[in-house]
Amino acid sequence: MSALSGTLGGLVATLAVLAPLAAFAADIPTAERRSGSEFMGRETRAMQDDDAANPGMLAVLDGEALWNRGEGPAGKSCASCHGDAQHSMNGVAARYPAFDAALGRPLDLEQRVNLCRTDRQQTAPLPFESTELLALTAYVAHQAKGQPIALADDRQTRRFADAGREIFERRQGQLNLSCGQCHDDNWGRKLGGAAIPQAHPTGYPLYRLEWQSLGSLRRRLRNCLVGMRAEPYPNDAPEIVDLELYLAWRARDLSIETPAVRP
Amino acid sequence: MADPFFSAANRRCFLIRTAGFAAVVGMSSALPLRATRATPQAMQQAIRKIVGEAALQHGKVMLDVPPLVENGNAVPLTVSVDSPMTEADHVKAIHIINEKNPQPQVISMTLGPRAGRASVSTRIKLADSQQIVALAEMSDGSFWSESADIVVTIAACVEDIL
Amino acid sequence: MARALINVPARAKRGEVIEIKTLISHPMESGYRVGTNGTPIPRDIITLFTCTYNGEEIFRAELSPAIAANPFIAFFTTATESGALAFHWSGDNGFSTTETAALTVE
Repeated sequence: MSALSGTLGGLVATLAVLAPLAAFAADIPTAERRSGSEFMGRETRAMQDDDAANPGMLAVLDGEALWNRGEGPAGKSCASCHGDAQHSMNGVAARYPAFDAALGRPLDLEQRVNLCRTDRQQTAPLPFESTELLALTAYVAHQAKGQPIALADDRQTRRFADAGREIFERRQGQLNLSCGQCHDDNWGRKLGGAAIPQAHPTGYPLYRLEWQSLGSLRRRLRNCLVGMRAEPYPNDAPEIVDLELYLAWRARDLSIETPAVRP
Repeated sequence: MADPFFSAANRRCFLIRTAGFAAVVGMSSALPLRATRATPQAMQQAIRKIVGEAALQHGKVMLDVPPLVENGNAVPLTVSVDSPMTEADHVKAIHIINEKNPQPQVISMTLGPRAGRASVSTRIKLADSQQIVALAEMSDGSFWSESADIVVTIAACVEDIL
Repeated sequence: MARALINVPARAKRGEVIEIKTLISHPMESGYRVGTNGTPIPRDIITLFTCTYNGEEIFRAELSPAIAANPFIAFFTTATESGALAFHWSGDNGFSTTETAALTVE
């Protein structure tokens, strides 16, 4: 709890200083959009860029094994339907979250994997943030590495992205902050000792040095909300996917980096 | 999760912020103290344990480590030693010692002439801003060292407040 | 068995100095942390890493709790002959993992 008041105190005070400087809330111009990796130090970037040193690659290897592992009564694996992921999953993660007509909602990659498990493999869904779900999504998203984020541009997708935008720009929590106040208005400045990035979901699931493990965008969003002293959405809340969808739209054309490394 | 391994870093950061911002925030809090940490004396003892009675000379060793690290959980580090790495003249061991972690030893590596190049890399945890020392033990029995001062910053939005 | 990632060139010229990079999944729990309920989290670390080249030990590292989670260790060796590099990690709670990599020397 004491660490909490320290962090919170610094946060409130820093924002009190920043507030008068904050520009009018506006989208970041396309030419100025930068992945979080560009706000990191040389050493952390080097860790991400070298597959032999990037600890996220351990999860990608685990994910490859899981892709080929039979599950459920019929012993079907992901590969039973999708074959070689290097081919079938090429670029797929760059289009997620994606609208699912049957459910009438967008699904993120974690939910898509679990839908395959329940509907096709007829086995139990994997818990959010479980090692296996992180490994599978890391493996799938890695097949889109280097490809630009490109969501479907249709009415349904836009509707949910707009809902996500509303959450992103809404002030909430005890600090009465919106996501945009940090990531649209004050990116590039410092909060505590750390640079404020633009919050582009280019590398998830990613390896955070703070976590000492891989984690999903869902975990990061909940982490942010707690930092704002707001009530974090439950892992299965539709608002999380709306937010993920808006963030992906906001990061359109930036390249997928999975598995990224962040401080 | 509370993380006393890093309580020192948190405390320092907290004190700095409190000093500057107490009037604005109007809040204060005491952090539990934790005595478990290596001291500079413990570091000197650890070095003496490796070196024994031999003289510790400065030089030959290069310690490549960022002066400012973004997260103390994984600090990349490379130690290289100027040595021909021949049967007659080579590095036998490289040791890394720190000043303020709970214990001074970080890693001890044994190598030999077959290495061809005396250079090793790893990633270490640092509980706080501090000095680290790299020691090289040569085949002629001499010891060489290099040190570096590292500043550890902490992120503003850490998850341990969950 | 823990997942390990070894990076060794598949081929090298005789006498060439090659870099070997190793990464292994392991929490490296320091033993100095406490859980949310206030009880100490017991130490669980890798304590020893060795590399042998056709049976002869060429590198050894003794690790402490200060090595980062998912230990990364990189070092060099001289390619002398074709054969196998064997990597072994051992530590607390009976942890033991071995990986091998083949090297062709031309």
